[in-house]
Amino acid sequence: MAGALAGWLTVGLLVAAVVIAVHHSRRWRAGAAAEVDLVAGLKALPKRYLVDVHDVVGRKPFNARFHALTAGGFLASLVLLVLAVVPWFRGPLLWGLAALALALMLAGALMVGWRRHVVKPTELSGGRFARLPVSLIAYAAGLLVVALDRVAGGALPHGVTLVLAGVGLFGGADLLVGVGRGPLKHALHGALYLVAHPRPGRFSGRDRGGERKRDSALAPLNLDDAKLGVEVPLDFAWNRLLGFEACVQCGRCESVCPAYAAGLPLNPKALIQDLVGAMEGGAADYAGHGHPGRSVAGARGPHLPVVGEGAAIHPNTLWACTTCRACVDACPMMIEHVDVIVDLRRFETLEKASAPGKAPGVLEELRIADNPGGFPAVRRIDWAFDLALPLAREREKFDVLLWLGDAAFDLRGQRSLRAFIRLLKKAGVDFAVLGEDELDCGDLARRLGDEATFQDLARRNIARLEGLSFRRIVTMDPHALHVIRNEYPAFGGAFEVVHHTALLLELVEGGRLTLGSLSGTLTYHDPCYLGRYNGVTEAPRRLLDMLGMERREMEFSGLASRCCGGGGGTSVTDVAGDRRIPDVRMEQARETGAACIAVACPNCTVMLEGVVGPRPEVKEIAELVLEATE
Amino acid sequence: MIRVAALLSIGRHPASGRARRAGLDARGLELALRMPNAEVRAFHAGDPHAASLRDYLGMGLETLNVLNVAPGCDPVPALVEALRGVGPDLIICGMRAEAGEGSGMVPYLIAEALGHAVVCDAAAIECASGTARVVQGLPRGRRREVVVTLPAVVLVNSAAPAARAPAFARARRGRIVPHPVEAREDAFLAACEMRPWRARPKRMAVPSGGSAQERMKALTEAKAGEGRLLVNPVPEEAARAVRDYLVEKRFLRGAGDGDGRG
Repeated sequence: MAGALAGWLTVGLLVAAVVIAVHHSRRWRAGAAAEVDLVAGLKALPKRYLVDVHDVVGRKPFNARFHALTAGGFLASLVLLVLAVVPWFRGPLLWGLAALALALMLAGALMVGWRRHVVKPTELSGGRFARLPVSLIAYAAGLLVVALDRVAGGALPHGVTLVLAGVGLFGGADLLVGVGRGPLKHALHGALYLVAHPRPGRFSGRDRGGERKRDSALAPLNLDDAKLGVEVPLDFAWNRLLGFEACVQCGRCESVCPAYAAGLPLNPKALIQDLVGAMEGGAADYAGHGHPGRSVAGARGPHLPVVGEGAAIHPNTLWACTTCRACVDACPMMIEHVDVIVDLRRFETLEKASAPGKAPGVLEELRIADNPGGFPAVRRIDWAFDLALPLAREREKFDVLLWLGDAAFDLRGQRSLRAFIRLLKKAGVDFAVLGEDELDCGDLARRLGDEATFQDLARRNIARLEGLSFRRIVTMDPHALHVIRNEYPAFGGAFEVVHHTALLLELVEGGRLTLGSLSGTLTYHDPCYLGRYNGVTEAPRRLLDMLGMERREMEFSGLASRCCGGGGGTSVTDVAGDRRIPDVRMEQARETGAACIAVACPNCTVMLEGVVGPRPEVKEIAELVLEATE
Repeated sequence: MIRVAALLSIGRHPASGRARRAGLDARGLELALRMPNAEVRAFHAGDPHAASLRDYLGMGLETLNVLNVAPGCDPVPALVEALRGVGPDLIICGMRAEAGEGSGMVPYLIAEALGHAVVCDAAAIECASGTARVVQGLPRGRRREVVVTLPAVVLVNSAAPAARAPAFARARRGRIVPHPVEAREDAFLAACEMRPWRARPKRMAVPSGGSAQERMKALTEAKAGEGRLLVNPVPEEAARAVRDYLVEKRFLRGAGDGDGRG
């Protein structure tokens, strides 16, 4: 009796859940059109879930296990309970299997309870989520006893099993009916989001080094569109909105965000929930940490502007992001926070010209003088007068084009460039520079949302590069590397680009540079645009290990490296926080006790050298390698 | 409702040499756009196809009237005629253009032709009925307020607030309205020789005699202060010294110093 009733009620709950989910889907289906290959997405779903999502969730093995137990047991028990509707199936075998599934789920539910109410990681949201273990345990424990009772042929009085079935189904109802708002929302929307993910390229496998493929290039914006960028929530493509719905508020993004760590007014988790709230309209239903120093969001709704002083997201939150992709890399639901930030910035910059701080001036200089400082083109090379650099336009054919980048305008950057150029000469590399013909690569403009200036710079750089005959480009600037390697192809420029650390490693391993031994300790700071954007973390370390110095790792390193605070235009928008991002990073470097912090990006050099001492000495890898050759 | 005409020229980036919105004209337009209750019309005399005119539209102008004056022709008569047709209360432009002759004479010639008053070095404008209070930005951060009867021509200098950034989408949406005009060739300009400007090296007053070290020291050494050193002065004496200094530097009006306002 209780068994059949449980079966029928489960069917009823599932129907209710489907109705609620379909009703709820109107919200995200109202988003802008997007080209999505649903068939391919459905086919790829098992792999995306079991490999890519598991890769992220499994970084915390405890969490991976309770997911497997809870979700696996829940799904299996639902199937078995639905089968219990059919009298023919109802037997000790069915109830035995159900008992097994429910027992596994109960174990998982207890683990969830342990995490939420005993361990209590601070990044987790409360609210509805605090109730989750209660519902899970009620469902699993209540129905487990009912199933065991069925196996035993009805040892308990009817009344008791009915009450227990009721308790179980009450828990089940909270889970299933909560599919539109509650924690179970992430299971359904996460699966749908995996099918319709806006960046299918990130799931396409592994590259030669065994690294996950990194689909990190921003998508070009059609500058002829009627509205440029995202103004209101419904300007986002529907599959982006679906991604926001998938957010389970686990807070992994919050704990890796450099802006949040430094007390800048940005919390990636709150940002995504701001957007969920904006789709809903009305008051905030969010019980997690907010954006540091900012109170609750203002007026919001699907048709109201997202960004503004009194809107869902304050402009300072938008401009505090360094685009370091730490949140994207940490997100188990595969949400693309940086795309969201850039889409919103595009509207702010292209439609409203409201980028704060020095950004407007820098963008205007980029547009009219092709470099952010508004310097004469010759300034990019005049510091190297004594080095007699070979100019590309005077050479018919050469091996390597040295892309100087913005560092060429900065005294500190020039010092690093000098060291690298001396190494190139020592190794007898056949190289040339564009010199005056080099334009800014466009990274800064693009991250600040000025797609028009970026596309103009990209097209003109590509035209200049295509007129030359060389094999590959080498640069010391990971931002230029990323833009030329990954973002120029969309505009017809396909160039092989290597980072200078990779070239130096090649030269040392090929015997063209011989290294002496240095002494002392060092730690290596991974640039975001080299590590997370391009998956390069090992080559610089191998090169550093050849110097004979003792290498120590910081608290956040490799693909989980913490940003220096210099990316995404934050050095020109200059949003204030409790501390400066580079100070936070330098603290981690100090903790290693290393005497030297090796960097591989001119922006990191500037940011980290700006930290007041005492601190480890900041050295570009090329400077260290040069020291070792002398 | 006050009618404002902003005169906008095409500037030239000092480093790249490329055309851009002229910095001071853009500041003038910024002042015009910030004025409450103002109807702003913008005029440019020159090529209606010049791409950099879009920068002004990007600041929030819906239309920009371009008097199609051929290169090498005098823009003043065309501007005067156009302005006479509109009859603005206030004509705003930058103190000096960045390209072309850059003589700074155009607004004065226009004011003369229209019989308007000219206020130069404007940093802020506030209009009342029939008059405008203009804050002039003078050297060393001094400010002076003048009141002028409208209509007037107001010339903006770099003490005025920075011009807002142009937005790409607004620049694209804005309209350029060309007006055919007849313009005479500028005979004076045709007779001029044009050369790129270059900074002349400055001759330093080199002290003679003494050792190389002494000459270097004479050039680089900070001079001892010319002010008075007061040690434990009585308050009245100290206050008088401060006051004398402010009067001397013309921050305060001293006794008998009639025009020392500023």
